[in-house]
Amino acid sequence: MLSLKSFITHAGKDRPDRMAWGVVLAGAVLWLSLYRAVKPVANWLTYQMLRLPQDSHLGEAVAFFLYDVPKILLLLSGIVFVMTTLRSFFTPEQTRRLLGGKRLGSGNVLAALLGIITPFCSCSAVPLFIGFVEAGIPLGVTFSFLIAAPMINEIAVVMLFGLFGLKTALIYVTTGLTIAVLAGVIIGALRLERYVEDFVWQTRMGNAGLEREQLTWAERFSRAWENTRAIVGKVWPYVVIGIAVGAGIHGFVPEEALASIMGKNVWWSVPAAVLLGIPMYSNAAGIIPVVQALMAKGAALGTVLAFMMSVIALSLPEMVILRRVLKPQLIIVFISVMALGIVLVGYLFNLITLT
Amino acid sequence: MTIHIKVLGPGCPNCRKVELNVQTAVAQSGVEASIEKVTDYAEFARYGLLATPGLVINEKLVSGGRIPTVEAITGWLKNNA
Repeated sequence: MLSLKSFITHAGKDRPDRMAWGVVLAGAVLWLSLYRAVKPVANWLTYQMLRLPQDSHLGEAVAFFLYDVPKILLLLSGIVFVMTTLRSFFTPEQTRRLLGGKRLGSGNVLAALLGIITPFCSCSAVPLFIGFVEAGIPLGVTFSFLIAAPMINEIAVVMLFGLFGLKTALIYVTTGLTIAVLAGVIIGALRLERYVEDFVWQTRMGNAGLEREQLTWAERFSRAWENTRAIVGKVWPYVVIGIAVGAGIHGFVPEEALASIMGKNVWWSVPAAVLLGIPMYSNAAGIIPVVQALMAKGAALGTVLAFMMSVIALSLPEMVILRRVLKPQLIIVFISVMALGIVLVGYLFNLITLT
Repeated sequence: MTIHIKVLGPGCPNCRKVELNVQTAVAQSGVEASIEKVTDYAEFARYGLLATPGLVINEKLVSGGRIPTVEAITGWLKNNA
């Protein structure tokens, strides 16, 4: 009897987690069948329901729109859910512990990688910066983290994967990580500690901090679901507008129209794209569909990549936030190092694809 | 006894959501509480907060870097009542 009782109690404890896994698996199956249905449904709607002629500009634009919007939104929901679940195993406190005592070089690589997986929003840049520096993490290592975190975000990667394919998404992630590591190493080597606002050095962190939470799978999944709803709820209008503009360009702008201004052979297109990107901080969701359509019309991959990185990683509001802890000199170094890295990436990819 | 609640955050949308949830939780549980908004970064550090928004109840950091639900806040309020 005792064993039966303990068995029941045990099963009862397990049940919410099992149920949560069941719901998530059912959701995954539903997601997969929806994802596979998107293309046939979009084609049917365009050519059967609306009776748009095949090979017409309008037909192409409508089919493109009806296919890409649900595809991207599905990808976005799926990936954000998986990433948030994964992130529930990491905390900024843990990351800070892991990076403490790390040196320039190996520390930068680890910091850039942790930047991808640590849950972090841009409004937390300042407390995080203070916390890292106070824990003795070198300035350069802290910068590698602060650069990688916004640059390699799942929204940008999903949009790139959905609209450009896996190869471009992987190129973006790898070059983004490289820039984060190298920029951090350079900033570290320049010894710019004196350009950090003085109050940061005087601040002492309370050692209380947060107690480590023990989360069940049910809690992880429900938080991930909440987060997915919040993020998709926020970005879907940008996805729709971006893809609508992209679809318009696809259907109506003549082929190769942009080759003369954004093509591989135009040397100034890369720095121009980076400069143009700095004041634009619209989110990746809106900008990437437009950029993809431009590329189909003759813009070069390197130029496009440079523009995107500049838009995403060099944003004015982020600089304004960081100004609280960094003196203007350090902000200027930060922007210059980043812009230079992005320009180099742009030239590199234009060169590779020139053949 | 009054419970002292502090919402830590520079004023981003997430911090406002935490404040809203706190107000709802206080109203629902009917406890006596004071709610204070803290926007000073040095003050965040004092509580050991790394990611905003943060929630402090009776000088103890109970949540950071996320928006706690009304139910979770109600639970913390009961523990402190």
